[in-house]
Amino acid sequence: MTVNDILKVNDFKSVVLSDGDREVSGVYIGDLLSWVMGKANSGDAWITIMSNVNILAVASLTDCACIILSEGVTLSDEIIATAKEKGINVLSFAKSSFDAAICLNAII
Amino acid sequence: MPEALSFKFDVDGEDFTCAGQASVIVKKNLRQLGLPPEIIRRVSIAMYEGEINMVIHAGGGKAEVNVYEDCIEIVLIDNGPGIKDIEQAMQEGFSTATDTIRSLGFGAGMGLPNMKRYTDYMDIKSQVGVGTTITMKVNLT
Ligand SMILES: Nc1ncnc2c1ncn2[C@@H]1O[C@H](COP(=O)(O)OP(=O)(O)O)[C@@H](O)[C@H]1O
Ligand SMILES: [Mg+2]
Repeated sequence: MTVNDILKVNDFKSVVLSDGDREVSGVYIGDLLSWVMGKANSGDAWITIMSNVNILAVASLTDCACIILSEGVTLSDEIIATAKEKGINVLSFAKSSFDAAICLNAII
Repeated sequence: MPEALSFKFDVDGEDFTCAGQASVIVKKNLRQLGLPPEIIRRVSIAMYEGEINMVIHAGGGKAEVNVYEDCIEIVLIDNGPGIKDIEQAMQEGFSTATDTIRSLGFGAGMGLPNMKRYTDYMDIKSQVGVGTTITMKVNLT
């Protein structure tokens, strides 16, 4: 499954699509950044409600395939620009992290 | 012995929004050296946690990464308040971070444990009122 495959599911929207062909090998859900850095695997789709700029560094350092912002959380224009610059994939999802995980489970 | 390749950074204690920049640069540099992705991941995450700690707990500091033949060494030096009880600080979940820091997703008390977990060697020297020096190593062999 790739990031583009996730976007084929209607509920996921693209916020920043830097590399749609990036392979997604798993999923991690978490909002505490040290937990994410301790537990997420490279290639994971990371589901979170956090929207401050530090999520970009965490996504880049953990080498996750994409950030999925659940609960319809949005990013500031400045953070969107930084995500583009860093080549990070960001998607959004209107419902909860749990609902996003269920959708991903159906297609992974 | 060939001279070690060395990267040095000043970690700004004022600007929380760009905290982690040094780690991201180190990641890029190590990638250019062609090191294994898993090693790069461990080094950069350990360094990021240390860098964030210097910003939120110590008002900034200095970071140095040395690439040796057999290991990568990360040295983080600050002149912050120091750590009174290192054993307690190393415990998962222990944190003195403020609510503001927590609302940004930090302050879970998992930083030092992550640094320990992702490295093969970690040493903390700290003196209250003087500062903290953390040395970490990730083996290449
Ligand atoms: N460089 C430092 N200077 C002073 N205190 C520190 C430093 N690094 C860590 N600490 C102390 O150790 C505690 C635990 O650190 P850590 O495991 O990274 O958790 P967190 O940063 O989430 O609080 C911190 O809350 C702080 O009290
Ligand atoms: Mg920390």
